[in-house]
Amino acid sequence: MTPRRKRLYAVLAILAGVSAAVVLAVVAFEDNLLYFYNPTQVMAGEAPMGRSFRVGGMVTQGSVQRSAGSLEVRFVVTDFRHSIIVRYDGLLPDLFREGQGIIAHGRLTESGEFRADEVLAKHDENYMPPEVAESLQAPAESGG
Amino acid sequence: MIPEIGHFALILALLLAIAQTLFGLGGAARRHAGWMAAGRSAVAGQFVFTALAFGALTWAFVQRDFSVLYVATNSNSELPLLYRIAAVWGGHEGSLLLWALALAGWSLAVTAFSRSLEAPFRSRVIGILGFISIGFLLFMIATSNPFQRLVPPAPDGNDLNPLLQDFALAVHPPILYLGYVGFAVAFSFACATLLEGRLDAGWARWTRPWTLAAWMFLTVGIALGSWWAYYELGWGGWWFWDPVENASFMPWLAGTALIHSLAVTEKRGLFKSWTLLLAVTAFSLSLLGTFLVRSGVLISVHAFATDPARGVFVLAFLATVVLGALLLYAWRAPRLKSAAGFEISSRESFLLFNNAFLVAALGLILLGTLYPLFMDALRLGKISVGPPYFELVFLVPMLPLLALLGVGMHAAWKRGTLAGKRRRLVLLALSALAAALVAGAAVYGELRPLTTIGFMLALWVIGSAILELVQRLRGRQALSGAVLGMVIAHFGLGLAALGITGVQSFRIEKDVALGVGETATIAGYDFRLAALRDVRGPNFVGVEADVLVAKDGRAVTTLRPQKRLYHSGGNPMTEAGIEVGAARDLFAALGEDLGQGRWSLRIQYKPLIRYIWLGALLIALGGGVAAFDRRYRRAAEARESAAATAGASG
Amino acid sequence: MKVPLRFLLPAIAFTALVVVFVVGLRQDPGRIQSPLIGKPAPAFANESLADPAWRVASADFAGRPWLLNVWATWCAGCREEHELLLAIARENRVPMVGLNWRDDRSLALRWLEQLGNPYLAVAFDPEGRTAIDWGVYGAPETFLIGTDGSVRQKHIGPMTRDIWEREFVPLLPVPAGEG
Repeated sequence: MTPRRKRLYAVLAILAGVSAAVVLAVVAFEDNLLYFYNPTQVMAGEAPMGRSFRVGGMVTQGSVQRSAGSLEVRFVVTDFRHSIIVRYDGLLPDLFREGQGIIAHGRLTESGEFRADEVLAKHDENYMPPEVAESLQAPAESGG
Repeated sequence: MIPEIGHFALILALLLAIAQTLFGLGGAARRHAGWMAAGRSAVAGQFVFTALAFGALTWAFVQRDFSVLYVATNSNSELPLLYRIAAVWGGHEGSLLLWALALAGWSLAVTAFSRSLEAPFRSRVIGILGFISIGFLLFMIATSNPFQRLVPPAPDGNDLNPLLQDFALAVHPPILYLGYVGFAVAFSFACATLLEGRLDAGWARWTRPWTLAAWMFLTVGIALGSWWAYYELGWGGWWFWDPVENASFMPWLAGTALIHSLAVTEKRGLFKSWTLLLAVTAFSLSLLGTFLVRSGVLISVHAFATDPARGVFVLAFLATVVLGALLLYAWRAPRLKSAAGFEISSRESFLLFNNAFLVAALGLILLGTLYPLFMDALRLGKISVGPPYFELVFLVPMLPLLALLGVGMHAAWKRGTLAGKRRRLVLLALSALAAALVAGAAVYGELRPLTTIGFMLALWVIGSAILELVQRLRGRQALSGAVLGMVIAHFGLGLAALGITGVQSFRIEKDVALGVGETATIAGYDFRLAALRDVRGPNFVGVEADVLVAKDGRAVTTLRPQKRLYHSGGNPMTEAGIEVGAARDLFAALGEDLGQGRWSLRIQYKPLIRYIWLGALLIALGGGVAAFDRRYRRAAEARESAAATAGASG
Repeated sequence: MKVPLRFLLPAIAFTALVVVFVVGLRQDPGRIQSPLIGKPAPAFANESLADPAWRVASADFAGRPWLLNVWATWCAGCREEHELLLAIARENRVPMVGLNWRDDRSLALRWLEQLGNPYLAVAFDPEGRTAIDWGVYGAPETFLIGTDGSVRQKHIGPMTRDIWEREFVPLLPVPAGEG
């Protein structure tokens, strides 16, 4: 095989490899890019139906309700302009508390509630996830 | 007094690092023996003073000196001695000092064990290492002084984050740092080679053992982190594709590609410019990881407290070092040409594929890690990339890699014909397939395509490694450190792949609500909540549960998960109860008190999970065996002969 | 000196990456330009830390510039900035009001007793409701409220002499008279 041929094959191989990698990345990103929305955006219909996304805000005081006998829990997440109901079946993280910022990921159900697959509380009690903090401040601009 | 000595020692270390750089690079450029010698002395001096500073900080922690701000914010009078020491690297400033110490240590080791290197080259390596040291020492002195005083002193400290009060996590950072800081050696060797415009491949022989040693530490460090996350974080996960985890995994992938590429360059003089680029990349990824974790650009549960000034400094340093090296590469590398050819079934070819797949995985993981940052910077929304992305982009290149690995181990250099081995390999492949099918169907009662492939590839690699070992012993061939190390490491890889396939395919996790006396069942194991009691520790109080596990009516074990409340902080901590078995782990963790004597629990069945870490340890062992054998002897011989011929430049 | 493009690619790609990082750093959450700046300061009327019978209200400070410092005994950064706050209080250019956030009353009082009290008054916010209104992201945070009652400046994180001089002092009235 001439060096030139070899060179050509090498370039083709690299191109093929890179294309395969790009395809892989696109496929992998598809359902795994989770966008963040605050409750106001969710209520405004900006969040997608049928796809996973993240929602974050403060857990409203007194809103946590548990079903007796199961791990089903229901609580309200708010950004002080709008609230949404979150339902979750499972163990809540240690740092979960009313009045704390949380991020949940899951999907919207037809009834407008958010069914969470996972609930993440902020990792130490001093800070709020920045997305939540930013979105909690933003509503002040357009008035309550 | 001692903290001030520590601070002063840091400043002296910085001055010595500057001397090391100037004398190292200058001495080489001017071929000035005196300067080059001064550079080497500076290395020793820098190490001494960095160690002194580290010692001073450790002393402050051990003595509970809360007049030092860093001590006050990371320690507490009730903290046991071991964790008072571990707290030294529990926060940003102290961990930087650990970085600097690790770098100084590697620099000293390189200086001591490279006497048979040509003096100018050696001097350049030292100079470049010195430049990197300057960055870290300056970073500390300018923005992150561990010895800053607190006046008046705090009555008591804040405490070390309870999550970090654990043996595995105490030793995890030092080992991890030894790993990815160690890639600085390969980096320096590569830059020195580029600076000198060397066209030969001699540097590869020098770089290989150092890279293997660093890689070995990094492997252990990552494995420790994973193991710790499994039993400490309370949820039974062992890898989360969190940006901080990726920050250490990416250098590891680059390092793995590097040690394989170095083999080719050393043996056949091929891939020279590629290997140089990889060496630069591996350490660049280490620096990038440092930046990502400390600058606040990526939000992660592990990230250190953020401060914009620090982020700017690290970025500037990162940019200078890496861009400098990459421009050097662009300038010099085009001159490197490899003339030798090789066939498609030769060892070189397989190692080329190895690199291709590893780099592909690395690139895609890097993309996933940085993607949220890109999107945020371009104001396209706040996104996060879920773990399934990483799992997919890592898995897809790894499957062909494992498949080819089994063959590649047996391929010969240059002209791989694989004659005679072909039959054995085919037999091995079929056996692996059969065993995989049996394992799936008979042991776990399920046949799934991906699981079967996973098991088959794992067994294939394990079998291939054993086959190689047996063939070499039978043929009475000398078993060099490199070959033995390779066999052990690949065996470990197969074992880890086995564990990963097993646990990801057949694990069962369930969240349940139980009252005392109630039972939940998974995978044929009955978990019964037998009792609850209050417990007390040196710096915490909590609740402990007795979870009796039985199978087919016979008692298997009692798990004792705890929920702890540390005196210092209000956060509850979860200590899981785990029972380790040859074929599976049983896991129970307390959730929360649901009232009326009921608690939520997470119970898990994790088949084969231990093999992941056992495999990782074997991989590291293999790296160590390869690093410390033949080359060391050769270098030792070379040193003796160099010393024998008097007048060698010392 | 001609360099084939493919050898320059790594350097070019890395430079692009650095640019993205620079942009990302500038958006660092610590530097969030609070939407609150320029808006009326949220009103509050809380219990005083020292005595539950007394009230500390934002209205008490109307008509002149004042500082609100959010702090807690569990917050390391608050400990860090405390000396500086004492120094600023001694300079007496602008009254400093504390908002004790999610804290234990007796611990907070003991802290002030032992370390010194830079505050004219301290409002007690155990539930964090007031802090939420002010968009508090974490402790410590310091706000400067202007004569007209609007938020003029905000700083997240421990106050430093540098930040104080650069970002807050220029907004204070000159000592000779009200600005």
